[in-house]
Amino acid sequence: MIRENPSQSSVGSGSIDPGSRFAHSVGRHVGERIIEVLLFLAAFSAVAVTIAIVAILVFESTEFFKHVSLVDFLTDTQWTIMFADKHYGVLPLLAGTLVTTTVALMLAVPVGTVTAVYLSEFANPRVREVVKPTLELLAGIPTVVYGYFALLMVTPALQWFMPDLPGFNMLGPGLVIGVMIIPYVSSVAEDAMRSVPASMREGSYAMGATRMQTSLRVVVPAATSGIVAAYILGISRAFGETMVVAVAAGQQPNFTWDPREPGATITAFIVQVALGDLPHGSLEYQSIFAVGLVLVLMTLFFNVLGHLARKRFREAY
Amino acid sequence: MVDQTDHSFSVDVASRGDIDSVQGLKAEARNLSFFYGAVQALKSVNMPVYDSRVTALIGPSGCGKSTFLRCFNRMHDLTDHTRYDGEILFHPDNVNILRKSVDPIEVRMRIGMVFQKPNPFPKSIFENVAYGLRVRGEKNRSELADRVETALRDASLWEEVSGRLDSMAFNLSGGQQQRLCIARALATGPELLLFDEPTSALDPNATANIEDLIHRLREKVTILIVTHNMQQAARVSDYTAFMYLGELIEFSDTNTVFTNPNSKQTEDYITGRYG
Ligand SMILES: Nc1ncnc2c1ncn2[C@@H]1O[C@H](COP(=O)(O)OP(=O)(O)O)[C@@H](O)[C@H]1O
Ligand SMILES: [Mg+2]
Repeated sequence: MIRENPSQSSVGSGSIDPGSRFAHSVGRHVGERIIEVLLFLAAFSAVAVTIAIVAILVFESTEFFKHVSLVDFLTDTQWTIMFADKHYGVLPLLAGTLVTTTVALMLAVPVGTVTAVYLSEFANPRVREVVKPTLELLAGIPTVVYGYFALLMVTPALQWFMPDLPGFNMLGPGLVIGVMIIPYVSSVAEDAMRSVPASMREGSYAMGATRMQTSLRVVVPAATSGIVAAYILGISRAFGETMVVAVAAGQQPNFTWDPREPGATITAFIVQVALGDLPHGSLEYQSIFAVGLVLVLMTLFFNVLGHLARKRFREAY
Repeated sequence: MVDQTDHSFSVDVASRGDIDSVQGLKAEARNLSFFYGAVQALKSVNMPVYDSRVTALIGPSGCGKSTFLRCFNRMHDLTDHTRYDGEILFHPDNVNILRKSVDPIEVRMRIGMVFQKPNPFPKSIFENVAYGLRVRGEKNRSELADRVETALRDASLWEEVSGRLDSMAFNLSGGQQQRLCIARALATGPELLLFDEPTSALDPNATANIEDLIHRLREKVTILIVTHNMQQAARVSDYTAFMYLGELIEFSDTNTVFTNPNSKQTEDYITGRYG
């Protein structure tokens, strides 16, 4: 590439310009090319890592599925991989993941949305300056701390209302995951609401609407795509959450939709098994990749759903 | 049923002794000054707004036309560090609508506004027009449907949208969106309608439509319109006010302002010598 340039410059210098000015633009051109290549590599590396992870998951999973039929994996209601009588049904882990995620969302969606509406439409700047960093702090606490918070504080508190609640259950960790993801939901939703153009708010006020009516009837609908994105982000976070459930839900794969019972999620199982010493290449070891693949596919599913929702609600302003 | 007479201002009506002297007036600005923080944008403006007439505000960009217009529906209340000084008397109540004790929401219930850029809500065509009625608590479906249809007819949009009232307002063209915003403002039966350069974002065809509409609307509602376009002022208005640097330089019937202006500044502006 660089070698071609002298010939170009000789053509140019003959007809238009002294060579020196041309040489300068050649240097700039090369510099830009290098930067472009570097940028491409940076962007590509993220894609490459993703592809590599999925490839490893698929490869190790095929090993697993040579020993366990896909039908058993998807329909068996027991996951007893650590016991003598082994069952490889993913449903208990899937149910645990869905139950804790649902509990988390039932807390985080309403609280996160109301927080976002308040911060975007009602709070004066001084209140916002205090609340926003505090919320962000909430997102910065290590999740293992949240796990013990669920085990030692939330579950005992819940036992006041529900004396029969076992010490390990999915309700407590679910609620704590909900608290954890509130900042994600509220900050993305708030950004979406704040980017609704002022002209739209003015149109509502000019019709005699109150601040509350303007927020709920105009700003929230106008920000729907961003708010949906906030919820999807919250779902992805709750899905992937590991430590809270591993610490506080009892690590017992348990096929139930009742959040009061103990359970295990996909990620809690992965960390549990990965921390024990499993022989490389054993069936137990490979099962991690199979359930990991399920998790990736589910996350992918929700991301696609989120993408479609965004397209569906895309604003035209 | 939304009854306009229900929205009387929540202050004592001032003495009605001078009611005869204000006959034919919808509103009047008296010594109206306005401040953005320390910056004075309006300087003691005195101007009448005649009932069932179109009054145009012209003047070079930045002279305070929008600022003046937005005093009438207390839009500046939404911005911090702003201050009104003086009065805008609103008739027949004869109440100063700038008084702190007057609720800006009640003012906006009676004085509607159409903006420079069409700003429909992310809702269906029907719900856009029904918005003001819903905000006022109207729930009766047939009443809503009637008022929406009437407003769309008054805004000359009914023929174009009657078959697709449930489709999103964003699907309309720019000119249709602006007529939708006019229908939205008309649906609640305002007594005064404020227009801030309503055609500046539209093509000539859509502009002509809106101008026709404004001209016809004055039988139903008093209109105050800001325009940067002098031909437009001449075409649609009965009275014209010329503003310059926050002051009202001249106010007269449109014909006089354009053919025989009193002030040299007005003449210079109209003949395109500055601005
Ligand atoms: N929000 C604001 N804060 C401070 N100054 C403003 C604000 N809005 C307008 N102004 C100033 O007030 C003056 C009048 O503005 P405006 O009413 O928008 O003029 P016009 O509509 O005639 O073009 C201008 O000098 C403008 O810079
Ligand atoms: Mg303006």
